[in-house]
Amino acid sequence: MKLTRQKLIQSDGAVSVLVVFLGFLVGTILVALVGKNPLNMYKAIFQALSGYNLDNGKMNIRYIGETLNYSIPFILCGLSMGFANRVGLFNIGGEGQYIMGMTIAQTVALLGPQIPVFHWVFAIACAILIGAIWGGVVGILKAKYEVSEVVSTIMLNYVALYLSRIICLQLPGATTYKTANYPDTAVITNSFFTKITNYSLLNNGIFMMIIAVLVFWFIMEKTSLGFGMRATGFNKEAARASGIPVVKSISLSMAIAGAFAGLAGGIVALGSFKYGRVLSGMDGYGFDGIAVALVGNSTALGTTLAGLLFGLLKNAQALMQGKQIPKEITFIIQGMIVIFIALRSALQLYQQYLDKKQLQREVGVK
Amino acid sequence: MSEYAIEMNEITKTFPGVVANDKVTLQVKKEEIHALLGENGAGKSTLMSILFGSYTADSGQIFLDGKPVEIKNPNVATAMGIGMVHQHFKLVQNFTVTENIVLGMEPKKGRILDLGSARKQVAKLSEQYGLQVDPDALVENISVGQQQRVEILKTLYRNANIIIFDEPTAVLTPQEIDELMEILTSLRAEGKTILLITHKLKEIKAVADRCTVLRRGKYIGTVNVSEVSEEDLAEMMVGRAVKFEIEKPEKEPGKVMLSLQHISVKDAAGLDRVKDLSLDVHDGEIVGIAGVDGNGQSELLGAITGLIPVSEGSILLDGQPIEKLSIRDRIEQGLGHIPEDRRKYGVVGEFSIAENSALKNYYQKTYRGRFGILDFEAMQKDAQSLIDQFDIRSAEGASTKAGSLSGGNQQKVIVAREISLSPKVLIIAQPTRGLDVGAIEYIRKRIIDERMKGRAVLLVSFELDEIMNLCDRIATISKGSIVAVNKQYEVTEREIGMMMAGSKTEKQA
Repeated sequence: MKLTRQKLIQSDGAVSVLVVFLGFLVGTILVALVGKNPLNMYKAIFQALSGYNLDNGKMNIRYIGETLNYSIPFILCGLSMGFANRVGLFNIGGEGQYIMGMTIAQTVALLGPQIPVFHWVFAIACAILIGAIWGGVVGILKAKYEVSEVVSTIMLNYVALYLSRIICLQLPGATTYKTANYPDTAVITNSFFTKITNYSLLNNGIFMMIIAVLVFWFIMEKTSLGFGMRATGFNKEAARASGIPVVKSISLSMAIAGAFAGLAGGIVALGSFKYGRVLSGMDGYGFDGIAVALVGNSTALGTTLAGLLFGLLKNAQALMQGKQIPKEITFIIQGMIVIFIALRSALQLYQQYLDKKQLQREVGVK
Repeated sequence: MSEYAIEMNEITKTFPGVVANDKVTLQVKKEEIHALLGENGAGKSTLMSILFGSYTADSGQIFLDGKPVEIKNPNVATAMGIGMVHQHFKLVQNFTVTENIVLGMEPKKGRILDLGSARKQVAKLSEQYGLQVDPDALVENISVGQQQRVEILKTLYRNANIIIFDEPTAVLTPQEIDELMEILTSLRAEGKTILLITHKLKEIKAVADRCTVLRRGKYIGTVNVSEVSEEDLAEMMVGRAVKFEIEKPEKEPGKVMLSLQHISVKDAAGLDRVKDLSLDVHDGEIVGIAGVDGNGQSELLGAITGLIPVSEGSILLDGQPIEKLSIRDRIEQGLGHIPEDRRKYGVVGEFSIAENSALKNYYQKTYRGRFGILDFEAMQKDAQSLIDQFDIRSAEGASTKAGSLSGGNQQKVIVAREISLSPKVLIIAQPTRGLDVGAIEYIRKRIIDERMKGRAVLLVSFELDEIMNLCDRIATISKGSIVAVNKQYEVTEREIGMMMAGSKTEKQA
């Protein structure tokens, strides 16, 4: 029994679940404090999760599709942060990589050759590539010249945002906020999904996301490349002294991290919109990805689950408003979850305290 | 009035996972030099930290001069006349000796700092106790031995009657150690009570009156030093009879395997840390580098292993130049490295023993299959055989995280990995630092075994004992240059000590 307790407290997964639970608890209390019925919040979340409306007993499967669709960029940006994190880097540039991916995907969608399948595949490939470049540059700067990746990624986020505006304003039919509609060959909608999910925006991006999760897991946990990267992340000096090419590990990991975020940008551009967007602000997926990776412990499975949770909350926002619950409560829950992540160390302290008490008892008995 | 200056009764102190002190009793008579002996982790430092107020005991009582006291923090300890000379000095490098000594208790004229009278007081103290040191010198410009005197003067300036020395000889040359021993004796003559924390038996025999031995947090006993031998003390410390000399069969050295030719190494500031250094290491030979810490040893080893670039000269491994190769290429050429800082450079703490064992060759065919997929099962199996071979003690076998191992077992993991790669040349730095006697014996034996197998070994150690015990030839390094290379039987520790300090002797080849 004692062992189970220790194992649980020490397991990162269990801490994440506990943290999410606490986040919801605080959200519930807050809703109650402002005089609303917390039950309505859970009804909204339940509807976003299952499509079932508890109030009128109506089922609308579209909500499930939307939740999944919202989760895609969260998961991919979480993978982006998580991958870099495993190599000991802090990728705050997910947003910039995402914006660049989006921008290139829009550009290729509007200007590229309108060949069925090839068109969108090419657009997505370009999004992945530009993301990899946008991240890889940071990696090379970090690995070769010790430029802090935190600073350079933050700066590149702004470069990306304004570069994106400059490029998108040149695209066909560009106004201050949108471009012309894409040709049919560029979009990644999936008519089968559209039909079975009652016209949700769920699209082929979900397959790409699943592939990305598997690629993350495979590289990190199974290959020699991932082994060297993890060693670099845990102890860069020991990795270097053991002959692991840390410069390559760091550069490549930032490139791969950027590729995940770039893919997210491409999928959102071609899957959730019929036209290119001229951004006036950031979408924020890149930043939310940091939280997703934190909650998911930077593992493939954990990040996927955390991303689904964030997607679920985002989709529940509109439903909450319909039930007089302020949608901002979801941001509070997300924020609380991130704050409670700090509990990981608090729980370790608690464990140490318990160990010490036990030891004192043992010594006292003698 | 009590017979004892300090009495610590049944002190117990626990930390998460360990009982550092388990009902430990320490009685120190007035005006004696009392040694506190124990291996690393025996609880010496914890006990002294409790006496000095850095830690609070879970239970037990402290009496000073027969009166029960509660020492809540180091300031209280200072006020009660307890001073501590830490192993790592706590000095401000760009302050003068005087400024460092009075820091925190500066004499003042009104509200103005009175450095003039401070200087006089320091000069008086230094004369009274025979601690020669220039009161106006900057601390960064004086030797380590002199810095230690500054630390001692700091305690005297604060009117300490009881002075705790925490492993005071670890950073000193043999000559400086002799001088320190004289200082300790003269402090005792001046009526001070001295507590000497150490694991060096020779020093205890040299100066201490009585000795208290701790083992794994427990009180073993207190003895009159004059009535016991070094062997007796060692046995009390370790709990079994200890062999001091290691067996080292004769071995004829073979061809030159590692050749350093006029190499220079610069530090980050562009200063030469190694200057025009040449040295050969043969097959089946252990060459030791003796020297005081900070005389270019780390830079030299860094240059050989590839951690730091060489600015001039060349390094030949089995006749091939390696100074321009990557670290991995050097390893593949047959260079093994047991690093000085094992936690920083030797193991990845969050990795298992299996992963750490494969840290240098995971990418090779043995483990790497198609698409770069690693064979973790094979790693696990190979690590298990190393665990059996090298007697690595762990909680969960090959899956145990290296960070959770004891220092000795971590070192065994590193030694096992390096030896299993069958290197032509083995570079070893401080292989036994911080290890207990059992592990020290074992690691030294393994190093001798490698020599018998015909490997070339280059060993850096700050423990002269270790150098004298293990090496066939000894190169003494001072300020980045080799002062002399001698056959082990040609020189005494004392002569090496002289050369370490930079002075020339007739022994110089």
